[in-house]
Amino acid sequence: MKKILFLLAFLATAVHAAPKIEHWAAPSGARVYFVETRVLPILDVSVDFAAGTAYGPADKTGVADLTRALLEAGAGNLDEEQISAKLVDIGARMSGSADADRAGMSLRTLSSQAEREAALDLLRTVLSAPTFPGSVLVREKGRTIAGIREADTRPDSVAAKRFAAAIYPGHAYGASATVESVERIGRDDLVAFHRDNYAAKRAVVSIIGDVSRGEAEAIAQRLTEALPAGKADVTIPPVAKPVRGTVKIAHPASQSHIHIGAPAIARTDPDYYALLLGNYVLGGGGFVSRLMQEVREKRGYAYSVYSYFAPRKLEGPFEIGLQTKREQAGEAIKVVEEVLAKFLAEGPTAKELAAAKKNLVDGLALRIDSNAKILGYLSSIGFYGLPLTYLDDFPAKINAVTASDIKAAFARHVKPEQLVTVIVAAD
Amino acid sequence: MTKPAPLLALVATLIAVSPAPTTRRRKAALLFLTQAVLLGAAGVTFANPFETKLANGLRVIVKEDRRAPTAVHMIWYRAGAMDEKDGTSGVAHVLEHMMFKGTKKLAAGEFNKIVAEAGGRDNAFTSLDYTAYFQIVPNRALPRMMELEADRMSNLQLTAKEFEQEIKVVMEERRMRTEDNPQSLVYEAMRSAAFQAHPYRRPVIGWMDDLEHMNWKDAQDWYRSWYTPANAYVVVVGDIDHQQVFRLAEKTYGRIKPRALPERKPQNEPAQAGIKRVTVKAPAKLPYLLMAWKVPKLNDVDKDREPYALEVLATVLDGHDAARFSKNLVRGSKIAQSAGAGYDGGTLRGEAMFMLDGQPAEGKTVPELEAALRDEVKRVAEEGVSPEELARVKTQTIASQVYKRDSMMAQAMEIGGLEAAGHKWQDIDKLLEKIRGVTVGEVQAVARKYFNDDTLTVAVLDPLPPDQAKPKKSAMATRH
Repeated sequence: MKKILFLLAFLATAVHAAPKIEHWAAPSGARVYFVETRVLPILDVSVDFAAGTAYGPADKTGVADLTRALLEAGAGNLDEEQISAKLVDIGARMSGSADADRAGMSLRTLSSQAEREAALDLLRTVLSAPTFPGSVLVREKGRTIAGIREADTRPDSVAAKRFAAAIYPGHAYGASATVESVERIGRDDLVAFHRDNYAAKRAVVSIIGDVSRGEAEAIAQRLTEALPAGKADVTIPPVAKPVRGTVKIAHPASQSHIHIGAPAIARTDPDYYALLLGNYVLGGGGFVSRLMQEVREKRGYAYSVYSYFAPRKLEGPFEIGLQTKREQAGEAIKVVEEVLAKFLAEGPTAKELAAAKKNLVDGLALRIDSNAKILGYLSSIGFYGLPLTYLDDFPAKINAVTASDIKAAFARHVKPEQLVTVIVAAD
Repeated sequence: MTKPAPLLALVATLIAVSPAPTTRRRKAALLFLTQAVLLGAAGVTFANPFETKLANGLRVIVKEDRRAPTAVHMIWYRAGAMDEKDGTSGVAHVLEHMMFKGTKKLAAGEFNKIVAEAGGRDNAFTSLDYTAYFQIVPNRALPRMMELEADRMSNLQLTAKEFEQEIKVVMEERRMRTEDNPQSLVYEAMRSAAFQAHPYRRPVIGWMDDLEHMNWKDAQDWYRSWYTPANAYVVVVGDIDHQQVFRLAEKTYGRIKPRALPERKPQNEPAQAGIKRVTVKAPAKLPYLLMAWKVPKLNDVDKDREPYALEVLATVLDGHDAARFSKNLVRGSKIAQSAGAGYDGGTLRGEAMFMLDGQPAEGKTVPELEAALRDEVKRVAEEGVSPEELARVKTQTIASQVYKRDSMMAQAMEIGGLEAAGHKWQDIDKLLEKIRGVTVGEVQAVARKYFNDDTLTVAVLDPLPPDQAKPKKSAMATRH
């Protein structure tokens, strides 16, 4: 067979190792994670802080997002127009993100000296010396509030917010910004949130691209040396487990939006690998998952049906989600519950487990085939304190998991008596 | 400030068989701009990509990229919603779903299983102009992917049973993307008002009533008409040797017999002679405004000038954080909650439009926003743009071309998208040069020439408080 010949030719080039990650602490106290790769003339940097929504005052939800968003609204002696013009003139891209645990900025720039220096200067300035102009705050509060009012008419965002609130009662992980909470936020709140949380000792600097180790060391220090001193590390209060129940919310949409789940797992929990594999079989593995098979492929109930674990510093959510024609929501939920119950009772079959392992292990190459993707891993490894060898160890960790490990891990983390169901546009 | 998410990006003209992860879609206009080169900034020129044509008419384009041991394999068919007929709108996309339902050799769902076990990801998407399928895999799995894709080009087994199940999924997809998404409804309404004769008046997902009455034979007819080697091309990007890929293509796709294609009628749109306005009422809080002018598209890469000027105009208005809409309308006058501009004529088989859209800020009205958007275009028509603004377009273009090399998928999409519109991947460099060569005068000239009311369609979302809207019950289940 000639085909086999070609196959061998491809195989010969197939073995590549995970990128070599270097790690050190900058004199500022920031933790730095670095990969040198000179193939493309680009540099990617991200600086992440323990400054997510979980660290904001309970009555002012939204302060973490607004603080992050307004970093670029004025910094040092630059106003927002000067900042965006400078970035655009050097072809650099700066973007921010904030979730429950983390908030930060990332930068992509050409690695040529002039562009790189100018881009890093800007990043340093917005992180260390934001001015939070009052007039911009007024405008952005207005836009945020308008956005909240709009989102509260959409079935998907209503479902997501109500689900978070229901599974994290009284906890910051369940809080969403409201019109009232945003109205209460003043400039002082942003200044204080930045001063307390955007500190070097709460920062992880991730760097990948066309610079040397020496240059990376200088970059990390330069980006973090002028940050505020910050508060001592604040711990997020523990998560209380919810009680099983169903929340129904009226909405005129043609489809019901359904979420089922509970708080489940912290990022550093050793059950991570077992849950990742098990979830692949249950509802994470696209078309090959059980939920997709039963809900979509066999019954045509939904276009999208999935499950996932979103590990956080503390127990992040486990969630099953789908949208279906409102008349058949009850029937679809029944199918989902049966699939979940059977999985919890029996775990995966040997065949399913083998297939899941193949996908996750062989698919690792796809998840680290660009600088942008590796930057994301550097940031997570740093922020959650995962081992530097995380990517190297991944295949062995996955391959070591057994079907009974998965069943036991699900029993520990997904408890039927805690599962909350939220249905928006319920009949 | 971070630029508000461009609204046009929310309006999907690409729809996929499987829900995409929550990545932000780029708008069509930016796709054109970033259709850039691989040489230039790094200063190295390779004889790369490579192309061959099989005896049955299938073209194979390979770009070697050795950065990681992975490969993207795509097949593009030049058959999209614009090739459909009234009464079976949506069939291009339905067939895309059915392509995963088994062949003479493979059971339904096996395709996905094999890709997954190889460690890969796969999906497909349908647009007005084309239907494309792709797998991203460790490079050693490429031969198997080519075998599978070739198999379903000629051996698809359509059955009434699988069809009846899958059409329900597609109707759920339409409910999710369109019925319950006010901005999508506005976009759909705008297109069907703007085009009377041209097939761009029909949505890619299809009208619900057409989906209700579609049967497996409609999908079968579509497959037999358009899924033939001479109507397709393969794009491979990754850590592979192009000669090996060519040989594999010969062994797999090369075995497929060619078939004649149906005649394509031009279906040109008659000239519009007067403004069209359409309103959509749907549950929402903020109104939404979408304005679309008919403008020329890129036909001749060498001779055309105006399409490049229109592209630069879109970038000046809304191409980056410092562009005029963000600066003047969102941050400056604060009239807009968000505002966007886009030109889709760079890679298009059908008729092009230049679109402006936005949501008025709280306390502002749709007519105020409409006037403000028009004023921005008028200012360019009267005063032109500054040399600094043009320099930014150039800088952005160069940077994008370098950044794009970090993604194999972006490189494959660029080649595939250009070819779909009838251009050649060899033109990638030229397109970029042309964009850079646009003058202040040319931008001003297109702003003067193309933005009069006679070719304009305006669509507006009139928000209905959700508690005043009636629950949308589905039509009677007429399928059996």
